[in-house]
Amino acid sequence: MAALTRGTVTGITANLVEIRPEGPVRQNEMCTVEAGDAHLLGEVIKVTGDTAFVQVFDSTRGLTVGSPVTFSGERLVVHLGPGILSKKYDGLQNDLDKFEGIFLQRGLSSEPLDADQTWDFTPLAKTGDEVRAGDWLGEVDEHGLPHRIMVPFALEGTWTIRSVVPAGTYTIRDEIAVLVSASGRETPVTMVQTWPVKEPLTVYAHKTRPYKLLETGIRIVDTLHPMLEGGTGFIPGPFGSGKTVLQQALAKQADADVVIVAACGERANEVVEIFTEFPELDDPRTGRSLIDRTVIIANTSSMPVAAREASVYTAMTLAEYYRNMGLRVLLLADSTSRWAQALREMSNRLEDLPGPDAFPMDLSATIARFYSRAGMVGLSNGKTGSVTFIGTVSPAGGNFKEPVTEATRKAARCFYALNQRRADSKRYPAVEPLESYSKYLEYPEFQKYAAEEVSPLWIDHARELANLLLKGKEAGDQINILGDDGVSIDNHLDFWKAELIDFVLLQQDAFDPVDQLCPLPRQDAMSRLVLDICHRHFSFNDFQGVRPYFKRLINSFRQMNYSEWDSPEYHHHYQDLTGILAEQATEMAL
Amino acid sequence: MEIRPFAKRFTQLEDITRATCTLRASGVHNEELALVDGQLAQVVRIKKDIVTLQIFAGTEGLSNQAEVVFLGRYPNLRVGPHLLGRFLNAYGQPLDGAPLPEGEGTELGGPSANPVRRAQPSEPILTGLPGIDLNNTLVGGQKIPFFADPDQPYNEVMAMVALRAKADRIILGGMGLSYDDYVYFRQTFREAGVLDRIIAFINTTQDQPVERLLIPDLALTTAEHFAVEQGEKVLVLLTDMTLYADALSIVANRMDQIPSKDSMPGSLYSDLARIYEKSLQLPEGGGSITILAVTTLNQGDITHAIPDNTGYITEGQLFLRKDSDTGKIIIDPFRSLSRLKQLVIGKKTREDHPQVMNTAIRLYADAQEARTKKENGFETTDYDQRAMAFATAYTREILAIDVTLDMDTILETVWNLFAAHFSPEEVAIKQEWMTKYWPS
Repeated sequence: MAALTRGTVTGITANLVEIRPEGPVRQNEMCTVEAGDAHLLGEVIKVTGDTAFVQVFDSTRGLTVGSPVTFSGERLVVHLGPGILSKKYDGLQNDLDKFEGIFLQRGLSSEPLDADQTWDFTPLAKTGDEVRAGDWLGEVDEHGLPHRIMVPFALEGTWTIRSVVPAGTYTIRDEIAVLVSASGRETPVTMVQTWPVKEPLTVYAHKTRPYKLLETGIRIVDTLHPMLEGGTGFIPGPFGSGKTVLQQALAKQADADVVIVAACGERANEVVEIFTEFPELDDPRTGRSLIDRTVIIANTSSMPVAAREASVYTAMTLAEYYRNMGLRVLLLADSTSRWAQALREMSNRLEDLPGPDAFPMDLSATIARFYSRAGMVGLSNGKTGSVTFIGTVSPAGGNFKEPVTEATRKAARCFYALNQRRADSKRYPAVEPLESYSKYLEYPEFQKYAAEEVSPLWIDHARELANLLLKGKEAGDQINILGDDGVSIDNHLDFWKAELIDFVLLQQDAFDPVDQLCPLPRQDAMSRLVLDICHRHFSFNDFQGVRPYFKRLINSFRQMNYSEWDSPEYHHHYQDLTGILAEQATEMAL
Repeated sequence: MEIRPFAKRFTQLEDITRATCTLRASGVHNEELALVDGQLAQVVRIKKDIVTLQIFAGTEGLSNQAEVVFLGRYPNLRVGPHLLGRFLNAYGQPLDGAPLPEGEGTELGGPSANPVRRAQPSEPILTGLPGIDLNNTLVGGQKIPFFADPDQPYNEVMAMVALRAKADRIILGGMGLSYDDYVYFRQTFREAGVLDRIIAFINTTQDQPVERLLIPDLALTTAEHFAVEQGEKVLVLLTDMTLYADALSIVANRMDQIPSKDSMPGSLYSDLARIYEKSLQLPEGGGSITILAVTTLNQGDITHAIPDNTGYITEGQLFLRKDSDTGKIIIDPFRSLSRLKQLVIGKKTREDHPQVMNTAIRLYADAQEARTKKENGFETTDYDQRAMAFATAYTREILAIDVTLDMDTILETVWNLFAAHFSPEEVAIKQEWMTKYWPS
């Protein structure tokens, strides 16, 4: 290995440090800057003439011209191996639990994985097998999930297994296999490897278009604007519109094997909520504790800005790693606007010419490239794995006409627009049903999958519900302009049918133990019931009768939503509902 | 300001702007303090041997041959019980005459708390204001601003809340405070007999705007001392954060930074978060820091960069508004929000609290709709009229900031209002509580 390049500090502006290196440096190479006793980590982000510009991931207080710097020769990497699940990391993959004291002292780092922990290893390959990067050599049980130990992703070409250890107990540092290349070069393999976070992990056979529904138990998502395994989506919304509640509901309920939450520049108390609640909650599908399938990357708003930029990449690389084990990973980033702001701060200090709202010119490309790392992939052994990515966006002033929202809209396939008016009237989740969309509804492979695996009419229901909502909105506008008695009763009926859909299907109580998670069969049944009512003809003598009648229908439906599926209470409220419907049937007969 | 022996001295300035000066010097540390002609300054940029200093008091009258002395230390404050009852300026020097003990202090602007060492906030802070306690219950360890127009009595409301909040310590950080408000705070605290619990750091409109930038760090480092070292419940009052942000934009402008939205620096979100995120609840009976701030608005516009970024950082906001119906200043029930209230209401307060709160707001919203209907010339129903009568009474007895009630009386008052204006079916609260609390 070549000697590491050294250098000295020549300039400091906040966390941008100018360094004169004494040898070769690479773009994005990591380095350590000495500020007194503290060793600060930094990344080269620009090289001009004999100066390397480094963004330092920590406070630069006390740094002085002439401070020594050591370049590492490596880019920012994450450590990949068993023990990642249920960890709480910062943006640079330091294990936060390993830090002493209440405050995060600068320049500290901690081991991302536990070197002493032992794992029960079972080999999946045998001596003499030919393998390539990413192939599975064995597996260990990580909180009930099969954690595959893979051929290091950085290895090129075909290798032969010279030896692999028998089933047994090993630590991540123990050698579990030896591989030999065609030219006879030997390389030992342990359970841990590293990967540079900004480089997409593309060690797979092929990438496919998403086609499988990712069940979230949230009706407005699954029924109206479905998200798919390996899909992308984003949730923009002004503050107070329920972004965080919606993201946490996704983290708790989505049918994924692994959930990675990147708290990127958001409130510390929100991650504390996850730390406090997730260990107490059970995964509704496996019965295991929720924290066992969750990884938290906590780079909260008061933690260093440069590390915030790194945190989303760290999270994505961990997601890609678990995807390559044939698992379904859901990655949530809250909020990608804070990440974009971190990019803006650095670009500003570099004195780059600014783009719109002082964001860097390549913001749009950076966001698109990041979203493109999500997807469903086929592995060399025929298995599939997926990374589903949903980011939140915090648009300035709640106005969607701003660079981050606009750039994300081009990159993501699903759009869940949170709306202040819906939030103000407590219609949660405050996703605006007509403005939001899922482009996956148009994917023929998803249409086929939904018809065969979910329900024959799933897609038709989504379309019809959206139509009825639009009709209801138009009727509502008419009523507002012309007054209650200035429009026909049909307008009132259209309006109240849309309200029925809104109250019964779209609104959902994230704090109610039953209503918070609505399984697909139940969603299907509710859609059928609601649509059946929407197809009916009603007769009213005047508009005054419509509102109370529909309010009663809505009330019965809501009680059903709050009752266990198929329970006696559920049927009791269903009886009420049929009773109310029967009144109209009699009315019509008269 | 104490100068150490062998301190580095320089006497040739290369550049002077309105807030900064530049000189050639070596061996200087980033963020180190210096005295420029006796004025406090801080290193903000170093390029080879060119050092840029930010002079807090401004550069008016500064000579290009002024003496610059680097102090070899960082902004700090000696924190301890000796500060109690004291009013200090932005440099931590007494405003009230008597000198403070000298000595090395705690460095300001320390690192943030490790999220895994925090506890989930869980103790309600009752203020006696029904508009806050019922609808927007505050929680220890929370950070929440008042959003108010400059003509509203936000400082008075904040002082009132601070006095009733039963905190062990109250730290006031005044930024661009009018001299009158400074005197008001001093008198109010003195008259309430709580000076032994108060420490105030004051920058008034008479002082230089850039000096304000020091105030939050002084207040919060002091708060951390009492919360972390002494395990006390500390309430920090920061008024007015809009003027703090304005000072940030002045400095950014002088440093030739490219402004983003509303001429604010691109780092506004991080700068504000660094302050607000100092709020904290420590585990197992440890101390807490609760931040109550003021963000003044321009005619209620919350889309301006300052309130907008604040809203994304803080855990809700308390919105003051003048109610045209009753003429009272109220805590707006729609636009105010305490994000942490879910952690305490119905758990640490009476069981019916959440439903009473939601139902009253729903009925109040019905009244708003009825009012719109009426204003547009449509006919109102009997229900509409009762809803409007309810809203008027609810505004007078609950939302107005001149009401003081304890928690149980608040709930009782609202139940009485329900019964006076509505039938039980219209109120539609869980049957169990209707039976228990509906006034007979």
